[in-house]
Amino acid sequence: MFAYYLELAIRSLRRSPGLTALMVLTIAFGVAASMTTYSVFRAVSGDPIPWKSAKLFVPQIDNWGPNGRGSDGEPPNAMDYNDAITLMRDHRAKLQSAMYQISPSIVPADASKHPINVSGHAVYSEFFPMLDVPFLYGSGWSADDDTQRAAVVVISSKLNQKLFGGSNSVGKTVNIEGKDYRVVGVLNDWNPQPRFFDVVNSGGFSTGVEDVFLPFQRAITVGIPNDGNTNCNAVPTESGFVGLQHSACVWIAYMAELDDTAAATAYKQYLDGYAHDLQQSGHFGWAPNNRLRDLPHWLDNQHVVPSDTKVSLLVALGLLLACLVNTAGLLLAKFLRRSSEIGVRRALGAPRLAIYAQFLTEASIIGLAGGVLGLMLTGVGVVSVGWVLPKDIAALARVDFSLLTLTLLVAVIATTLAGLYPTFRASRVQPAWQLKSN
Amino acid sequence: MSMQIKPILAALRQHKAGTVLIALQIALTLAIVCNALFIIQQRLAHLSEPTGIDEANLLVIANQWAGHRSSQEVGAQIQADLAALRQLPSVRDASPSDGYPLSGGNWDNFVMRTPEQLKPTTDASVYMGDEHMLDTLGVKLIAGRNFNASEIMRMASRQVVIPPVVIVTKALADHLYPDGSALGKPIYSMSTTPSTIIGIVERLQRQNVSNWSKPYAYESLLWPIREDTDGLFYIVRSKPGQLADAMREVPKALYAQSRMRVFDPKIGGSFAQIRQRAYDSDRGIAILMGIISVVLLAITAAGIVGLTSFWVGQRRKQIGVRRALGATRSDILHYFLTENLLISVGGVLTGTVLAIGINLWMVTRFEMARLSMDYVGTGVILLLLLGQCAVLGPALRASHVSPVEATRSA
Repeated sequence: MFAYYLELAIRSLRRSPGLTALMVLTIAFGVAASMTTYSVFRAVSGDPIPWKSAKLFVPQIDNWGPNGRGSDGEPPNAMDYNDAITLMRDHRAKLQSAMYQISPSIVPADASKHPINVSGHAVYSEFFPMLDVPFLYGSGWSADDDTQRAAVVVISSKLNQKLFGGSNSVGKTVNIEGKDYRVVGVLNDWNPQPRFFDVVNSGGFSTGVEDVFLPFQRAITVGIPNDGNTNCNAVPTESGFVGLQHSACVWIAYMAELDDTAAATAYKQYLDGYAHDLQQSGHFGWAPNNRLRDLPHWLDNQHVVPSDTKVSLLVALGLLLACLVNTAGLLLAKFLRRSSEIGVRRALGAPRLAIYAQFLTEASIIGLAGGVLGLMLTGVGVVSVGWVLPKDIAALARVDFSLLTLTLLVAVIATTLAGLYPTFRASRVQPAWQLKSN
Repeated sequence: MSMQIKPILAALRQHKAGTVLIALQIALTLAIVCNALFIIQQRLAHLSEPTGIDEANLLVIANQWAGHRSSQEVGAQIQADLAALRQLPSVRDASPSDGYPLSGGNWDNFVMRTPEQLKPTTDASVYMGDEHMLDTLGVKLIAGRNFNASEIMRMASRQVVIPPVVIVTKALADHLYPDGSALGKPIYSMSTTPSTIIGIVERLQRQNVSNWSKPYAYESLLWPIREDTDGLFYIVRSKPGQLADAMREVPKALYAQSRMRVFDPKIGGSFAQIRQRAYDSDRGIAILMGIISVVLLAITAAGIVGLTSFWVGQRRKQIGVRRALGATRSDILHYFLTENLLISVGGVLTGTVLAIGINLWMVTRFEMARLSMDYVGTGVILLLLLGQCAVLGPALRASHVSPVEATRSA
């Protein structure tokens, strides 16, 4: 039976090739625009660490008080040195790390080569197990290395390629800012987008690579300054990087792993207790106003998905909707034009259901054709979207199996929906009237 | 014309669904196109804001030192670098700086009129440079004087220095002292130490031009400070028309001074490149909205052609009867044009409400500006014209239906 409807549909579509082409093009454009912008949206709004994001928390401590809060009453989105170090020392979470962005230079052993600048983070040893960072060679450093401020480094596979030709460099040394560091680990391609562990300094999405990770206290001791944002509510009273450490300026990102709600509640109580103690001792002239958000809520709170991406998606969906209304109008015209044909089929005993099946088949064939053309246009769109959206974000958009399937599904389902009302009208055709008027 | 409206309405009642669908499509198109055009205009206006500097002859080098050096060593190296740069045949002037307009990064300080103020008056973008900074940027001094060499202070990495003198932009001067008396007055920049305004420049855009900085547009200040720090920018102004030569000579001259440095290729470059990079996403969104608008208008026009053609085909017999009863070709033409106009008016009325609704929602959700009524007006005219043009073809065909059709059976 379906083969028969298929044949009828194709015959009908071939009878008015102009109208058919118009409908197919309309669907194709609508679907391609939506899917291209969706592919970008999907890339930037995805969970960067889905298996663990609900267990990763970002604490915020209100160390500036009411005058430093935004209009929304939020505390600063990073920590000052004192708070970060106290939280690390108290060590109340299962795993935790304070971190700050660095941009040191590496001096190659070969004196004829130019020094290179790299970016990375100063972190604690628990950073690596907490974020399930994959290693190609070696591993992270130990808690002992943290306390002893050891001269050790974890490098990216890209930097390992550049410095050591990709070989196992564990145990070799790298000259960073004029001092030798022993390589303890080489990462296996790790470039999470967004840079969820430090969105404040990376702005979320970044074309850069994290090339080096140094022990936090080591970097502080040798005075490798922070390369990210520094926000101050007052000018530091002392100069230099040490002055920054003694100030209330915020520049350190912090993340903690808390395995269940009980642990999260306990940690929040701990934070409030800490702020309360500071209030009691007169350091804070205000009641605790802390936050503890899990990673998805934190990314949302920090507006990591750029609003341009959302606006583009919404406008493209609006285009799709307009395309569907257009298709519905054209299908209505096309179906009702065949009222006499419907009349004959009904008079010969075809039930309404058969009319439904026939016309919805026709609609979905248009949807399928539009979807296939839309797929090609989506391919073109994803490749060239870097032309219109920021490159660091557009580069993340991918065509994959699920996008292909979704494109086809959206095209067929949307067109079939658009065909519902025209089909309903076609099924109401009174056979007697049509036969009489002929 | 007027006598035709009643029969048209009666006929439209015969195919309500088609009428409603066309009107709905026009409404959606209007709503989307109005907002898209508005976004395009906002972005284009944003990216054509002037910086106030001599963009055609400027280049920026993002310099970072490699290996560890003391502040003294860095200071001496910067002096040597600047002397070498200023001697190059293609270079007019050069200055060290902590930033440049459109750099995206931002050093900004709260600024107050009095040291006791709890709430800052405004937020200013901070530029640091030496006495060559004004000439290098090519900004126009409209009151007071430039820094002199003895006023230039040195600042080690993250040292806190509040200079006794400051040059401000007119926008900042007017914000702080609206009566125009800013010259010679003090400002307090997150400190109780005053800086006296010794000069006012006409215009110097901020380093960061994103949304949050809009309330402080063009409010910048210049401090006579040379930073002896790990990273800095060299701003170089070439002699007129010699930018290409300068871009070749400058890196060579700097490497000749010392090889222990890194130029970041992703920042800096000629100012044309800087401008291009700074507004990449704005230009992109404008193009995207343009493409979507054109596609949408084309689809709507095609839809009107398609549906009207069908109606003409369906009504050939009636048209024949009207023609046989004495209606002229132009009567038939007008009938279809008027019919389309009626549907379009219904569509644009709904669309206007929809356009404003969508905009208001985006204002609350995406920090968008309020839609100007000019765009709705333009959109309405655009769509009415589009409808009339689209319907013209099928209507002309209808007007050519011969009266003989009346005698033929459908």
